[in-house]
Amino acid sequence: MGRRRQSYDGVVLACPVSIPYQRYSVDTAHWWIATALRETLKAAKLTPKELDGFSVSSFTLFPDTPVGLTQHLGLSPRWLDMIPMGGASGVVALRRAARAVQAGDSDIVACVAGDTNHIDSFRRMLSSFSRFAMDASYPYGYGGPNANFALLTDRYMTEFNATREDFGRICVAQRANALNYPGAIMKKPLTLEDYMNARPIADPIALFDCVMPVAGSEAFLVMTEDEAVRRDLPFARIGSAIERHNAHAEDPIQLRGGWTVDLDELYGMAQAAPTDMDLVQTYDDYPVISMMQIEDLGFCGKGEGPDFLRDKDMTITGDFPHNTNGGQLSAGQAGAAGGFIGLVEAIRQVTGQAGPTQVKDAKKALVSGFGMINYDRGLCTSAAILEAA
Amino acid sequence: MTTPLQPPPKKNPQKRTVSPTRPPEMRSRASLGLQAAAAEGRFALQVCAECQTVQYPPRDACQNCLSTDMPWTDVSPDGELLAETTIRTSTNLYFRERSPWRTGSVKLDAGPVIICHVHGDCAPRSRVTLWNLLDRAGQATLLAVPQERTPLMEDDPQLRQMTADPKHRRVLITDARHPGTPALVKALKDAGAAMIFVGEAETWRPYPGRAALEEMGVDLQPLDLTDTASVQKLAGEYGGKTDILINNARFMRPGGVLERGDTAFAKEEIEVNYLGLMRLAQAFGPGMCARASDGVNSAAAWVNVLSVEALSNAPAYGCFNASNAAAFALSQSLRAEFRGAGLRVMNVFTGPTEDAWYQPLPPPKVTHGALAKSIVDGLQRGLEDVYCGDVAKDLHERFRRDPKVLERERTMAGDMA
Amino acid sequence: MSALTQLATALSAGKIDVIDLTHTLDPDFPVIILPPEFGQCARFRMEEVSAYDHRGPAWKWHNISMSEHTGTHFDAPSHWISGRDVPLGSVDEIPPEKFVGPVCVIDCSAETAQDDDFLMTPDHIRAWEAEHGEIPKGAWVLMRTDWSKRKGAAYLNMKEDGPHSPGPAPDAIRHLIEERDIVGFGTECVGTDAGQGMHLSPPYPAHFILHGAGKYGLQCLTNLDKLPPTGAVLMAAPLKIKNGTGSPLRVLAMVET
Repeated sequence: MGRRRQSYDGVVLACPVSIPYQRYSVDTAHWWIATALRETLKAAKLTPKELDGFSVSSFTLFPDTPVGLTQHLGLSPRWLDMIPMGGASGVVALRRAARAVQAGDSDIVACVAGDTNHIDSFRRMLSSFSRFAMDASYPYGYGGPNANFALLTDRYMTEFNATREDFGRICVAQRANALNYPGAIMKKPLTLEDYMNARPIADPIALFDCVMPVAGSEAFLVMTEDEAVRRDLPFARIGSAIERHNAHAEDPIQLRGGWTVDLDELYGMAQAAPTDMDLVQTYDDYPVISMMQIEDLGFCGKGEGPDFLRDKDMTITGDFPHNTNGGQLSAGQAGAAGGFIGLVEAIRQVTGQAGPTQVKDAKKALVSGFGMINYDRGLCTSAAILEAA
Repeated sequence: MTTPLQPPPKKNPQKRTVSPTRPPEMRSRASLGLQAAAAEGRFALQVCAECQTVQYPPRDACQNCLSTDMPWTDVSPDGELLAETTIRTSTNLYFRERSPWRTGSVKLDAGPVIICHVHGDCAPRSRVTLWNLLDRAGQATLLAVPQERTPLMEDDPQLRQMTADPKHRRVLITDARHPGTPALVKALKDAGAAMIFVGEAETWRPYPGRAALEEMGVDLQPLDLTDTASVQKLAGEYGGKTDILINNARFMRPGGVLERGDTAFAKEEIEVNYLGLMRLAQAFGPGMCARASDGVNSAAAWVNVLSVEALSNAPAYGCFNASNAAAFALSQSLRAEFRGAGLRVMNVFTGPTEDAWYQPLPPPKVTHGALAKSIVDGLQRGLEDVYCGDVAKDLHERFRRDPKVLERERTMAGDMA
Repeated sequence: MSALTQLATALSAGKIDVIDLTHTLDPDFPVIILPPEFGQCARFRMEEVSAYDHRGPAWKWHNISMSEHTGTHFDAPSHWISGRDVPLGSVDEIPPEKFVGPVCVIDCSAETAQDDDFLMTPDHIRAWEAEHGEIPKGAWVLMRTDWSKRKGAAYLNMKEDGPHSPGPAPDAIRHLIEERDIVGFGTECVGTDAGQGMHLSPPYPAHFILHGAGKYGLQCLTNLDKLPPTGAVLMAAPLKIKNGTGSPLRVLAMVET
């Protein structure tokens, strides 16, 4: 494609909000979305009536859509969006909202993701996820994403001589980070031994490779830099952002994602290199996917992830801070909010608002998303570089 | 190597019978072509008529050229096992109760990547063949098996879930008087059936096959499909032990409508061939459904032996065929009614058989041994529709191409049966 | 006292027994078997219509079906081709007085025990008459064989060459009709004819000759061993079926104790 992307100059991110997750909730997705929206608007001293842009990501709103939410929540936006991209939804919501603000279609967009988790709602969600999954993956053991990622992990391990310990180190470091994060569900320290001895779920995946489905919500605001300054809000700039869908369809099994297609633009637009990143937030529904992102986002070559990470410290005080609030593996997976958790934490980090998980002098953060196992692989990838003001 | 399946111990009368559970049943309409192929034991995928791209999962437009013309076509079932996992926990009750469950990802030589069940004898990353099998929900699923047969491969616990193998199962054959029953008993015994009960109507009337049946040690039980009380009585006694029911009862006389001139034989045909099936289903169906998850000798299949002319009639046996068409239609309802429990209905459509009533017809005819082999083979492969003999296969192929053309072919020149 | 009053008094005093000569209508009771290309005799069948349930909360009843010639049954002249033109030849037309009358029981049980294909000849009848007196005009004649005690396959006694069971020889039937003018003839077997009756001349002589002469048949009788050779009164009234060629029925005999 010949045309160059335009920059995101003049558009910023502010008011990051994470509503503490719950294992099971009696409340609805509407409740969780309303609560996060209320908190992010409060931070900006905005009333719901003043909000003119609204972007929603959720799996459990049925039978409603964001349209129903406008009436339900008393909003009258002139720009409304819904991002059905699961783990890629945070960065995708950001990209679209930023362009709307840039073009003047909206002054302030609230991007919100939230899902509830009732007893049994995970099972119900699985059973209606996608047509290809319904036709061609559920009937095979009904392992859900565990089984899909077990296949990828199995193949990755064979292909690149990776060991379970290589994945275990990612999980153990994230747990250490989570212990500093008040919103995390997992509060118990995790050792590599605990990881190795955990109950098998779908070989080679065991208990600590899996995220725990929870209820929760996340939100942030997208506005012009002038607006943020006028309201005296700490903000983050958008260095660059990419998304890609159904990339590498010819690969028989997913060992790489769509990031590789747009990698040069990602760093080119931001005029940065992987080594410039002060922290990395990958989408971590399974550690193999974090490993894949670290490779595909240029930190090392394909298959070199295990070696690369072997001598890295992935905690907030380490030389490669990764998923600084524990990520989904330790904080829990709150449905579509799982696509926001890394982004919202990164906004906190580069705006110096991360509190107990703050990485010292965090100026640049790389956030990436991955979502939607439609059949045998995740179809949506996204990534963004955030910069301190 | 598959661990040999052991005969089940006698049932503990203090233990609750496990309620039948099923794998997920929901499928898109596009995927039903796979079911149709599985019903006959074929491996077929959608192949684009314009660019020949082989598609999977089933879809509505070609992933290569967006053509919507993608007929289901038999393709090579061979491929390579790319990756595998053993699922040890599932939110679906059926798999939860049967864990661990081995699944994998296979790159077909024909193109697509297929998530499938994996037979225990498949070596990691080996060459495999995919079998298209109906699962307990009656839906098509694909199982990777080794390319060379392995000893006792039919005993694999995952494969056994998809079949209705007579091994270690108890079988009721409904009509001792059918001339093919001794051959059927022999085939079932050879296939490892644990017990064979054979229903016998009108014990006061002798028939030539009885001596052979007695010699084979079958358990003859009074059963007259035209007598509701008789059917209910046997179901009361043996319904809880009937794992496979093979309804081969048949009343037939030649003739179309005008040749006969009355409804007396037609009434008998309906009584045996149609209402007999209904009586059997009402008496044996509920108990078999309740036992569809009952271990090694769970209730597994209901077999109807039908004339292939149930698909398309002609006057030579017009009235008899009509009663078979009625039974076929009933079997479709029954199939849906049994599906909730995971009990399979297998229809065996046969061409003219080698017996007295088809004596005036020219060959080829189906021997009793061939019919028995088709039935047992269908059970072992878990089929829903079996076409036995050249005449049945030919008629089915013509039916598949155009039922109206077939009707005209069969009725135009008078007697073409 | 009138004859009927005397009868009633004797009945209530237990001086007369009523003997049931009928088999129970049972779905598994044998019927006559013809070559399969011919039409067949329908078996007795009973389907529940309701049983104090959702199909009828306070009542139980059945629909039944059978042939005119199922179970213990009556043959009218119109049953056979020889009797098709006989006046009053169907069950609904037969004068009711024909259904009640004296009955003579000829005991052939000893001979039948020796020979499944026993044929009763005029000599047997004459021998019986020598002992019990002449068969009166208008009597029913029943051939006792104890065949009714046979169960299952032994009843039809079907072999490769057809059924084997006792019956009357053609001359015997002619004798009973031409010399004695009986009203009807009955047996314990599935038909009035012997099992191998198709090989006699005429084939099925009992059916052919009896019905051709406007006489009646009774078959599948039982309890004939409880009747005296003479002196009993038979009651055998078929259902009044329009143009019926026969009918299942309850056959009773009154016997002085």
